[in-house]
Parts: sequence; structure tokens; C-alpha cells
Amino acid sequence: MEIPYTVEVRRDTGLTNGRIGIWLFLASEVMLFGALFASYILIRTGAVSWPRGDTILDVPLATFNTLVLISSSVTMVMAWASLMRHRFGTFRIYMGLTILFGFVFLTVKYFEYSHHLHIGEVPSTNNFLAIYYTLTGLHMLHVAGGMAVNAYLWGPGAKLWQTNPQWFTNRVEHSGLFWHFVDLVWIFLFPTLYLL
Amino acid sequence: MSQPGAVAPPESHAALEAHHEALGFWRHYVFSVDHKVIGIQYGITGLVFLFFGFSLMMLMRWQLAYPGIPLPLLGSLLGEARMPGGTMLPEFYNELGAMHGTIMVFLGVVPLAVGGFGNFVLPLQIGAPDMAFPRLNMASYWFFFLGGVTMLASFFVPGGAAQSGWTSYAPLSVLAGSGQTWWLVGMILLITSSLLGAINFITTTIQLRVKGLTFMRFPFFVWAQFVTSFLLLLAFPPLEAAGAMQLMDRVAGTSFFMPSGLVVGGEVLTNAGGGSPLLWQHLFWFLAHPEVYVLILPAMGIVGEIIANNTRKPLWGYRSMIYSLVFLGFMSFIVWAHHMFMTGMGTTMAAFFQTTTMIISIPSVVILTALIISLWGGSIRFNTPMLFALGFLPMFGIGGLTGLPLGLNVSDIPLHDTYYVIGHFHYVVAPGTIFALFAGVYYWFPKATGRKMNETLGKIHFFGSLVCMNVVFMPMFLVGLAGVSRRLFDGGATYAFAQPVLHMNVMSSWGAWILAVFQLPFIFNFFWSIWKGEKTGDNPWQATTIEWAAPSPPPHGNFLVTPEAYRGPYEYSVTGAAKDFIPQCEA
Repeated sequence: MEIPYTVEVRRDTGLTNGRIGIWLFLASEVMLFGALFASYILIRTGAVSWPRGDTILDVPLATFNTLVLISSSVTMVMAWASLMRHRFGTFRIYMGLTILFGFVFLTVKYFEYSHHLHIGEVPSTNNFLAIYYTLTGLHMLHVAGGMAVNAYLWGPGAKLWQTNPQWFTNRVEHSGLFWHFVDLVWIFLFPTLYLL
Repeated sequence: MSQPGAVAPPESHAALEAHHEALGFWRHYVFSVDHKVIGIQYGITGLVFLFFGFSLMMLMRWQLAYPGIPLPLLGSLLGEARMPGGTMLPEFYNELGAMHGTIMVFLGVVPLAVGGFGNFVLPLQIGAPDMAFPRLNMASYWFFFLGGVTMLASFFVPGGAAQSGWTSYAPLSVLAGSGQTWWLVGMILLITSSLLGAINFITTTIQLRVKGLTFMRFPFFVWAQFVTSFLLLLAFPPLEAAGAMQLMDRVAGTSFFMPSGLVVGGEVLTNAGGGSPLLWQHLFWFLAHPEVYVLILPAMGIVGEIIANNTRKPLWGYRSMIYSLVFLGFMSFIVWAHHMFMTGMGTTMAAFFQTTTMIISIPSVVILTALIISLWGGSIRFNTPMLFALGFLPMFGIGGLTGLPLGLNVSDIPLHDTYYVIGHFHYVVAPGTIFALFAGVYYWFPKATGRKMNETLGKIHFFGSLVCMNVVFMPMFLVGLAGVSRRLFDGGATYAFAQPVLHMNVMSSWGAWILAVFQLPFIFNFFWSIWKGEKTGDNPWQATTIEWAAPSPPPHGNFLVTPEAYRGPYEYSVTGAAKDFIPQCEA
């Protein structure tokens, strides 16, 4: 059965179903991370002492990772823009780069995590590390989730381009919105955990 | 934007039907993407969980009425670890209490009210062929189902199910046995389920309403579900965050909710400390107060539909009811700490939250008053759905009014930990919401099956339940006002001051057990009517809203001809009209 407004825009709302859906999902994600940031503030203001992030965490490494994620957001937009210009080959390249940047981010994060775990800085050590592992861990899950969707759109999901390019472009746009959100969360996480 | 590529032309209805029939049993009835099948799955699963949660409470009521006396027959079946010699252990009582609350709220009422009625009725009422995201809809049900299985399985892990109350207050819950971990995993699954559902409901309502159906022409039920979905969407994620943090506390040994220097069993705990047990309470109630409105708004929606239909006149004050709904939705996010007056939050905070709490009572009263005034001058039909809807009004009224002293800091402190709170809350949810849900089952049953439920059995069910509900919950106000704590596993038997009211525990318990007997006619009626009930046409109640224009039961895709809305939802008894109702989709 055809669900109306999956691909075409409903005229009085000016939206497709998917676009409303992804924005609603992002609203709930804001509440999820918002609750965690609020918890961070509450625990930190109630703490007797709280370490500055750069005394424990590696700022240059995280700066590098920030640049990687921002770059991946740019390539994500380029991937979508390529589809808007009907250049499927360029889409593949930019989407591939986006996935690659995500992979680089996770790899750097892996080395960061294993370094801390190696010197005995585990979540139970103190509440700074507890919130660090919880927030960055949840963020990494989101990165991995976004990469999975992007990989699907790069690989098997791209078949939709042959039969319904508009629908496929919409899907890439929605995946991109999620990817930018994940990027944005990191932009907040980086100063909160590493610099303040 | 150009649209390259051809979209497959829509298949004809007959072709759709043939395609649907070819799906086979599993895709048709089990892994279905049809909103009606999913709604019925949600509804039946919810009803089963309601009865299961009720059974847990019936076991507790034995212990409260006859503390320490072995339970005949059933007691020995539950095993030595739970009821040695048929006498209930306090740990098992705590399990029953925590799981009764969890199951009733998260696996019973919400799935039935939102998952069941929302899924089945909302797309039909707005004339949609299905939900906007049918596959997400199926995923939503199966996440819910997995969450339910996880909760049930937790009864069988070593140490039993969660024992820290349905609120899972830290640090008790962090130190509890492994059942609590299962509880947290189950909750995360349930939150995922309701998130998917909420996105689907909002998108469907905005995008798939038929031509002519503007927001101010929505049936009241659609508005109620719409506002409820926003609450689910925005209030649940903070609990998910809190659940993740509690999981970290339990599994990774962090101290989010663990204060420094906590002494357990005479020994100081060695964890890092520095956490805040109050943080859990804030995050929990930030969800759980909107959750109360998730429990009540769909119920109000159902009652609104049934009252308009059975008084044969429009709802009085339709617009003010809608505005009240929206206002309730907003306000429900800023009243949560009235559950926490006992924490010693200080007068400034308490003053803020008791003010918002008093304000939020106004829209509730507006809606209830509008429903009552709607009865005035109507030619009322006293069928079973209408009886349940009428029963809802005073029962919810009692629940609401007894809540006022709890919303004020000064009167809340002596009442908060007593049975008074249990009485208040259950009046809102049990004879309130659950009556509305029963009303909805009787009302939309003909749409789902093409047959009516039996009226005589329905009336036995209603009057029996009405009397028993009051016998169960009215004494709780008195027990509570006498000062008996709601957290005692013997119902207060060891306290001298509680002796004069202990007989009321017995009364409540017998009320509960007889209430169970009065549910049997409903269960029988439900299944019997599916196959043997009186056959009905498409619109047995002579109703105006669009769902009654679809065939009963509606086929996959719902409407034979796409309907269009030409008027408001409740054009009953219009002067000069040929009949006493004009359907919304009639030109």
C-alpha cells in the first residue's frame, strides 16, 4: 500500500512524512542529551572538587577528532548536494568519505579509551570519568548508528536511486540531519568535557 | 524540484486486497504492518498485562489483610524462596509492589490507551489509509513486546524481580539484586517503543488527515492522542538517560546516584561517591509526571467521543477543551517536583512547584466540567460504553480533588507517605482511566470485529466494577488519614495507632478479589462476541466521526472511497436535518 506524502510534499504543510519524523526524533535526542548535560551540571556543582578536563584528557587528540567530525559534516552535505545535481558518482565519493571520517573518529576514540583504561582510569574512579565515559560512549553509539545508516545508503540502499531518485535523495537528507546532530553533540561535548 | 523516475501507480483496491490475502498467517496476524492489527495486538497484550498486574496486587492484598497467615492453595505453589509455608516474605512483597506499578503503568495502561486505541482509532478518525511509518509501527510493538518479556523474565532471575518500587529510587535500586538490571533493560526497550510510536502518531496526524479535516475539526480523541504523543516524545528520553546512568552505577560501578560515605550493613561503601540520589528523583519524575497525563489524556479523549455520541449533542466547550489539553501538555513538564516535597527542597522551590501544580489543575477541571455540562439537555442512551464513560466522570473527579492537598507542600508532607496517596492515584487511574479504556473497548469493538459485545454482560461488568472499585480505594483515604504508611508489608499491623483502621485493609482486599470476579463477564464477553456477538453495520452507534464510514472491520487500507471532511466532528441533533446526526464526511 502507498502511504501518501512519503516522497511528495503535502501542499498545506510543505513537508514529507520523513522530514517531520526525523525532526521529531532529533527533538527527543535533544531531550536525551539535555538530561545528561543537566546531570553533569548538577553533579559538578555538588562536587567537593572537580578536575579540569585538560588535566586528565588529551586535548590535541580531541581537537583533531573535532576537525574530523566537522569535515564529515561537510562531506555529508556535499553527498546530498551531489544527488540534487543528479551526480550519483560524486555522491558515492562524498558519502564514502563521510563514512571514512566517522571511522577515523571512532579509531581515535578507541586509542583514547584504551589509554585511560590502561592507566586505571575507569568509570568507577570518579564522577568526572563516569560522566566522561557515559556521554562519549553514548555519543559513539550515535556515531556508529549514523555510520551504519550511511553505509546502507552507500551500498544496498542506493538501489532506490534507480527507481525513485527523489525518495533516495530525501533519505540521504534525513540521514544527513541526524549526522549533523551527532556532530553538534560533539561540539558541545568537546568544550564541556575537555576544556572546562 | 523535478521528480525524475517513475513512481509505481497505486494499485486498485481489489489488487491490494488480493495482495494482502497472499501475505499468509505470520505477516497478516503476527508481523503485520497494518495499524489496525498492531492496535489490536497492543490492545490484547495490554489487557493481558493489566490482568497480570492486577493478579500481583491481589497477592499483596492477602498479605495486607491477613499479614503472616499462610495463603491457602496458591501460597505453596509459589515456592519456598517467595512464600515459605505459604507465608509471604517481605522481599517477595517488595517484588510484587514494584512490578505491579511497573506493569500497570508501562505495560498495561499506556500500551492499551496509546498503542491500542491510538493505533486502531486515530488513523481511522482522520481518514488515513494507515500510519505514516507502518514498519516503524511494527517495530514499536515488538520493542514493547520484548520489554514486556524482559520484565516478566526478571521474576525468574536469582533474587527475583526489581524490589525498589516502580520509581526505582537510588541508592536502594543501585544496591538491589540483579532483577533491577533487568528492569532497567526492560525500561529502555519500552522507552524505545514509545518513542517510535510517538513520532508515528504526530507525523500521521499532521500529514495524513484527509482533505477538509483542519485541526479544529479533529475529534477530541485525536487531539488527546496528539498532545499525549508530544509528552511521550519529550518526557521519556530523560528517563532513558537516567536509566543509562543507573545501569552504569550498577554495572560499571560509577557513582551518579551514590552519595559519599554511604553506610550499608554497618560498613562504609568503597565506591567513589559524590553522586546525588535526588538527581534520580528529578530525572524520574520529569518523565513520570507527564506520564500521568499520558495515562489520563487518552482516557479523556475516549470519554469525550462516547459522551458526544450518546448524548446526541456536540461536546460543550469543544474549543476550550482543546486549549486545555494543549495547556495541560505544556504545564505537565514543570510540575514534577510536587512528587518530591518530602526531600526537604526548601520553601522557594516548593512554592514554585505548588503554584504550577495549582495552575495545572485548572485545565483538568475545565475538561471535566465541559464533559459534565455536555450531558445537560442530551437525550442520553445508557448503553455499556456510555455507562463506563459516565462512571469515569465522578471517579476521576474524586481522584482529582483528593490530589489538591497533595499538591500543596504543607498538607502533602503528612499525607505523602500514607495510603492516602495510593487512594488518590488509583482513583485517577483505576476507576478513572481504566473505566474509560473499558468504555473504549465496548465502543470500538463493533468497528474492529463487525459485532457488538453483549449489553447484559457489559452492565454486570460495569455495576460490579463500579461498586468494587470504591470498596477497594475509598477505605485507603481513611487508612491514610489515620497515618498508616504505604510502605509497610504488613499493612500497619505492628503499629498501635493503626489498629482501629486495620479492618479496612480487609475490606479493600475483599473488594479487590470480588472486583476480579466481575472482570470474568468482560473476558468471556470479549472472546464470545468476536465470534458470536450480534452482527452490526458500519455505524452501529449512529456516530459522526470518520472511522464509522469505513467498513467493519476495515480492510487493509481502511476506506473503500477516500473520505473528505466537510464539517466539525460532532454535528448531532442539528435543527432541520433529516436525521439526528450528520457524519463529518457527508457533503
